[in-house]
Amino acid sequence: MTVWLTVIGMALVTYALRASFMILPPHIDTPPLLRRALRYVPAAVLTAIWAPEVVLTPGYEQLAAAAVAIVVAWRWRMTFATIVAGLAALHLFHWIL
Amino acid sequence: MVASGIAPLVAMLISVVVFAGASMVAAAQLLASGTPALLVVATTLFINLRFMMYSASLRLHFGREPLGWRLLMAYLQADNVYGLTIMRYGDKPDAPGERDFFMGAALVVWAAWQLAVAAGILIGAGVPASWRLEFAAPLAFIAMTIPLLRDRAMVGAAIVAGLTVVASNSLPFKLSIPLAALAGIGAGLALERK
Repeated sequence: MTVWLTVIGMALVTYALRASFMILPPHIDTPPLLRRALRYVPAAVLTAIWAPEVVLTPGYEQLAAAAVAIVVAWRWRMTFATIVAGLAALHLFHWIL
Repeated sequence: MVASGIAPLVAMLISVVVFAGASMVAAAQLLASGTPALLVVATTLFINLRFMMYSASLRLHFGREPLGWRLLMAYLQADNVYGLTIMRYGDKPDAPGERDFFMGAALVVWAAWQLAVAAGILIGAGVPASWRLEFAAPLAFIAMTIPLLRDRAMVGAAIVAGLTVVASNSLPFKLSIPLAALAGIGAGLALERK
């Protein structure tokens, strides 16, 4: 029973967060300051997701591989190439370091 | 999740109705250790706070879609779907969203995620750990982040968010992520050319 209550609670809470702003009627304008702030949400949140896995995992090969991936992403802007280059670099640096 | 004692069907159900990876892993660990339901739900709320920011951000582009579509799009929000979608509007904060693009990305991600969860439940850890495939996840997020960094305010937002999340990593409930997001947003606003 507890498990079911937990599952329902988790689903409601998560959906409420996702729907919070999306369900506002279209005629409500986003205040200018919030609009400016939202511009930085992708760069800030996405970085907060990947940085710990790169920096806080023991060993240096993650850092080196992430550096290679950043250069590839910057130069070619291709997701698949970035992932392949990063994984290849990870194994290469693991072997060298 | 199954490894921590959750019944396979319950794990699959959580994956479908909650559809948020980090909070599922945390919930599985907490449930296995007998944590009260209310605390598990509260943990889910904190871990998933970033979805509120995605919701506000996506509303700028999709706020004029019919309500039914917006309700469906809310359910399908995920980190990578958000990243892929918002990459297209980096230079155009007011551009109307392309619903088909969002739905295409979201449905592929949703189906792949559910299949992966089902495979994980059925066969467990089938890929050797030495392949280091788990590192593909941060690499994919790097690939989505870097093209966004077009001006110094954006670069500042990313750097400050990265430093903050690492410095505050020991906070419970992954509160480091919303905290880092707020710090990064603040840095971006401060660095904007007036």
